[in-house]
Amino acid sequence: MHMEKYLILNTLSYPVLSVIMLVPLVGALISLLLKDEARLKVFGLLVTLLTFVLSLPLYTCFDLHTAKYQFAELRPWFSLLKLNYVVGVDGISVLLVLLTTFIMPFCILCSWRYISKRLGEFIFVVLIMETAMIGVFISLNTVLFYIFWEAMLIPMFLLIAVWGGARKDYASIKFFLYTLCGSIFLLVAIVALYIKTGTFFIPALMDQEYSFAYQMWIFVACALAFAIKIPMYPLHTWLPAAHVEAPTAGSVILASILLKMGGYGFLRFCLPMAPAATLYCMPYLIALSLISIIFGGYLALGQTDIKKLIAYSSVGHMGFVTLGIFLLNDQGLKGAVLQMINHGITTGGLFIMVGMIYERTHSREISDNSALGMMIPIYVTFLGIFCLSSLAFPGTNSFVGEFLVLMGAFKKSTLVGFLAIPGAILAAAYMLRLLQRMVWHDSDGHAHHHDAAGEGHGHVLSDLNFREISMVVVLTFFVFWIGLYPAPLLKIMDSSVAHLIAQISAGGTVVPVEPHGVHHSLLELGGWFRQIATF
Amino acid sequence: MQVMLILPELVLTVTVLVLFAASLKKIQGATLTGIALAGSFLTLLATVVSGCAAGTLFAGAYQVDGLSQLIKFLLSGTLFLVFYMGRGLSGIEEEMHNEFYLFLTLSTLGLVLMSSAVELLTILVCLEISSYALYVVISFRRGLGRRSEVEAGIKYALFGAAATGISLFGLSYIFGLTHTTYLAEISQQLPKMISNQPMAVIGMVLLLCSFFYKLAMFPMHAWTPDIYQGASNETTTFIATLPKIGAAALLIRLVGMTGGGITHFTWVLGVLAVLSMTFGNLAALVQDDIKRLLAYSSIAHAGYMMVGLLSTNRLGLAAVIYYIAGYVLMNLACFMVIYYISPQGENITFADLKGLHKRSPILAFTLAAGAFGMAGIPPTVGFTGKFVIFTAALHKGFYGLVVIAMVNAAVSAFYYLKMARAVYCQGEDEKLESLPLGLGVKVFGAFLIIAIVLVGIMPQSLMQLANQAVATIM
Repeated sequence: MHMEKYLILNTLSYPVLSVIMLVPLVGALISLLLKDEARLKVFGLLVTLLTFVLSLPLYTCFDLHTAKYQFAELRPWFSLLKLNYVVGVDGISVLLVLLTTFIMPFCILCSWRYISKRLGEFIFVVLIMETAMIGVFISLNTVLFYIFWEAMLIPMFLLIAVWGGARKDYASIKFFLYTLCGSIFLLVAIVALYIKTGTFFIPALMDQEYSFAYQMWIFVACALAFAIKIPMYPLHTWLPAAHVEAPTAGSVILASILLKMGGYGFLRFCLPMAPAATLYCMPYLIALSLISIIFGGYLALGQTDIKKLIAYSSVGHMGFVTLGIFLLNDQGLKGAVLQMINHGITTGGLFIMVGMIYERTHSREISDNSALGMMIPIYVTFLGIFCLSSLAFPGTNSFVGEFLVLMGAFKKSTLVGFLAIPGAILAAAYMLRLLQRMVWHDSDGHAHHHDAAGEGHGHVLSDLNFREISMVVVLTFFVFWIGLYPAPLLKIMDSSVAHLIAQISAGGTVVPVEPHGVHHSLLELGGWFRQIATF
Repeated sequence: MQVMLILPELVLTVTVLVLFAASLKKIQGATLTGIALAGSFLTLLATVVSGCAAGTLFAGAYQVDGLSQLIKFLLSGTLFLVFYMGRGLSGIEEEMHNEFYLFLTLSTLGLVLMSSAVELLTILVCLEISSYALYVVISFRRGLGRRSEVEAGIKYALFGAAATGISLFGLSYIFGLTHTTYLAEISQQLPKMISNQPMAVIGMVLLLCSFFYKLAMFPMHAWTPDIYQGASNETTTFIATLPKIGAAALLIRLVGMTGGGITHFTWVLGVLAVLSMTFGNLAALVQDDIKRLLAYSSIAHAGYMMVGLLSTNRLGLAAVIYYIAGYVLMNLACFMVIYYISPQGENITFADLKGLHKRSPILAFTLAAGAFGMAGIPPTVGFTGKFVIFTAALHKGFYGLVVIAMVNAAVSAFYYLKMARAVYCQGEDEKLESLPLGLGVKVFGAFLIIAIVLVGIMPQSLMQLANQAVATIM
C-alpha cells in the first residue's frame, strides 16, 4: 500500500507527535512515585508545560501549502490485521492538538487549591487524560483512534466520580454509559470499513468509493458516536449533569477538548468517507444544529446554577459548530473549526472563573454570588471579558467564528441564516443576565449575605491572586488575539478545508441507487423527514 | 525423540505422584506449597522446551501439534499462577491442603491430555479425569457452617455427569453417521454432512454440550453461580480459568472440523452465543456477591468466545485463543483481589470493596484493570480480544451478531463500572485499616496489570502464536 503519498514524514529532530503523546504518560507513571503534595502540583504543571513547549514546533514548522498529513510517523504494529502505528496532523487536527497542550497546564493550575484530597491520583488521571486526548487527534488509523477515544472514558469517569460534587455517582455513570453506547457502533463501522477495503488507514479510507447505501450505514454509525460526544440535541442530556458535578479541571477538559472530538470526528470520518450520505443527511443535521442552538440558549436562560448555565450554553455553541460543519462550504467549515478553538478558550476560561468563585463562596448559585462588582473588581473584569466573548461580542474570538458560520449559513440559505440568529441573541440574553446578577446588586434586596457558607463572608472575599491572574490573562490574550487577528489560524486550516470540500464534491456525486430491503426503509424514513422539512 | 512429545504430561504426572507421596507423609505448609509450585513451574518449562514438537502417539489418538502445545503452555502457566496466588490456602480445610494440590494438578493433567486428544472417546476420558478431580475439591472449603460447599460439589458433579451423558449421546450420532471416532476422518465427511443432514447438526451440538458445560455456556451454564459462590476462593479461581482454556481448545478443534460454511450448525451456535451473553450480562447486573457476579460475567464471556468460534475462519479461531488467554489474566486479577481481601476465605460483596484504594492501592488498581478489561475498554487485552473476534465475525458477514455482542458489551460495562466505583469512589469517610500485603503479592498484582495492558496494546506476538497454532489444524 502506498501510505506515503498521503503523508509527509516527520523531519524534526525528534518524533514530535509521539513525544507529546508519551510525555504526559511517562509523567503520570513518575507521579506515582512522588508523595509530597506541593511537589506533585509543580511536577504536574511542569509536565504539561513541557508537553506544550514540545508541541510548539507543530505551529512554527507547519507547512501551510499542503493538505497532506504532516509530522507523520509510520511503524509496524499488528501485522496480522495489517495494522500500523501511524500518526500525523493536518491543518484541522494540528489546531486541536495545540489547543489540548495549551489548555492542560490550566487544568493543573485551576486545581491548585480546589483539589484537596487524593492529589497524587488526580495528577495521574489528568496526565493520562492528556495522552489519550492528544492520541485521538493525531491518530491516522481507525483502530488507534478508537483505542484513544475509548481510553479517555476511564480517566474522565474517575475525574467526575472521585472529585465530583454531590451527585457524582449519577453523573459519572451517566457520562460513561452514554458515551460508551454511542461508540459501540463506531467500532462496528470501523471494522466494516476494514472488511470492505482491507485497510484501517484513514486517508486511504477517504479515497475509496462506496455505494450510497453503504455510505448511509457508515454515516449513521459514526454520526451517532460523534453527535453524543459533541453533544447535539437530543443526545445532550449527559452534558449538564457531567459538567455540574465535575471538578473545575474536569469541566475545563470536558468543555475545552472533549466536546471538540465530536466535531473532529465529523470532519475526519463522516464528511470525507461518506460524502454522498453527508449531502443526503445535511438538511436534518442542519435542523438539529439549529434546534441545539435555540434549545441550548433557551435552557441556559432559565438556569440558576452558573455551571449549568455554561453547560447549556455549550450545547448552543456546539450547535454553531455542527451547523458550520454541515453547511459544507468554505466559510462554514472554517468558522466551525475556529469556533471549536474559541469555545475551548472561552468556555475553558468561564469554567475556571466559576471554579475560582466556588473556592471563595462554596456555592455555584447565581443568587449566592451576586453583587460581586464592588468586592472583587479584578475577578468581575475578567468574568465580563469571557462572558462577552461567549456571546460573540465583536472584537472577541467567538465573534469571528460565529460570523463566519453565519456568513456560510446565509450563503447556503437565507432561512437557515435567519433561524440561527435568535441563537446569537439568546446568548447575549443569558450571558448579560448572568453578568448583571453577578456584578451588580440583586434587585430584590436580599443580597449575597445568606450565602452557603452562612457567615456573610461576602465582605471578606479575596480578589484574584497572582496564580489566578496569570491564568486568566493568558486566556484573555488569546480571546483578543483571535478576535482581532484570526488570520494565522485561518491560514493553517486553509489547505485542509479546501481539500475536504474537494473530497465532498468529488464523492458527493454518488447517486442514491435503487434502494431495496432495509436500506429502502431507511431511505423511506429519510424521505418522510424531508417532506416534513420542506412542508 | 518420543519423550519430547509428552514431556509436559510426564512432568505433570511425576508432580501428581510426588504430591500423592507427600499426602501419605502428611507434609504440610511451606514445603508442600514449594512442591506444588516447583511441579507446575517445571511443567511450564517442559511446555516451552517441547513447544515445537509435533507427532502422533497411541495409534493416532493422541496428537501433538501447534494448538495442543500452545494450550499446554497456557494451562501450565495458569496453574502456576493459580498456585502462586493462593499460596496461603486460607479458604481450604487444614487437613485437605495435600489433596487440594494433588487433585488440582490431576485435573490439570486431564486438561493437558485433552488438548492433544484427537479421538472422541479419548477426549471424553480426558474430560472425565479433569472433572472427577474437581468434583472432590469443591467441597474442601473450610466450613462456614452453611454446608454450601457440599451443595456446590454435588451440583457440579450432577451437572457434569448429565453433560457427559448428553455428549456421549451426541457422540453416538456422529459415530453412526461417520463410522469412526477419529477427528481426522470425521473432519473429511463432516462439512458435507452438516450442510444437508439434520442428524449431523444435532449430533455435533449434543457432543459439544460437555464443553459448553466447562466453558459455562448457555444452556449448560446453570451450575456456574452456585459453584462459584459455594467453592472456596482458591478453587473458584481454578474453575474460572483452567477448564475454560481446555474447553476452548477442544471447541476450536471440534468446531474447526465442520468446515467454513454457514449452516444450521452456525445458526444454532449463534443463537446460543446471543442467549449466553444476554442472559449472563442481565443476570450479572443485579448481583451483590462478587463471585456470583463473575460467574454470570463468565457466562457472557463464553458467548463472546462463541462468536469467534462460529466464524470458523483462521482469524476467529486464533482470536479465541487470544481471548481466553486475556480472559484468564483478567479473571486472575479479579480473583486475586477477592482472595486477599478476605483473609478468612469468605465471599465478598460490594460492601467489602468500598474504599479499597485506601486499604491497598495496588489491589484497587489490579481490580480496576481486570474489571475495565472484561468490559472491553481499551487499552486492555479485553478490548483487543473483542476487536479481533468481531473482525473475524464481520469477515463472515455476521453483522447482526456483532451488533448484539457490542450492545451486550455496553450493558456489561455497568456492573464492571460498579466494581470500579466501589473501589475508588466509595468509603471515603469511613475509617478503614490498610491491608497488610507482602512484596510478592504486590509484584504479582503489578505483573497482572502490566500483562493486561501490554498484551492488549501489543497483540502481535500472542496472535502470531495463536495463528500458527490454528494453522496446524486447519
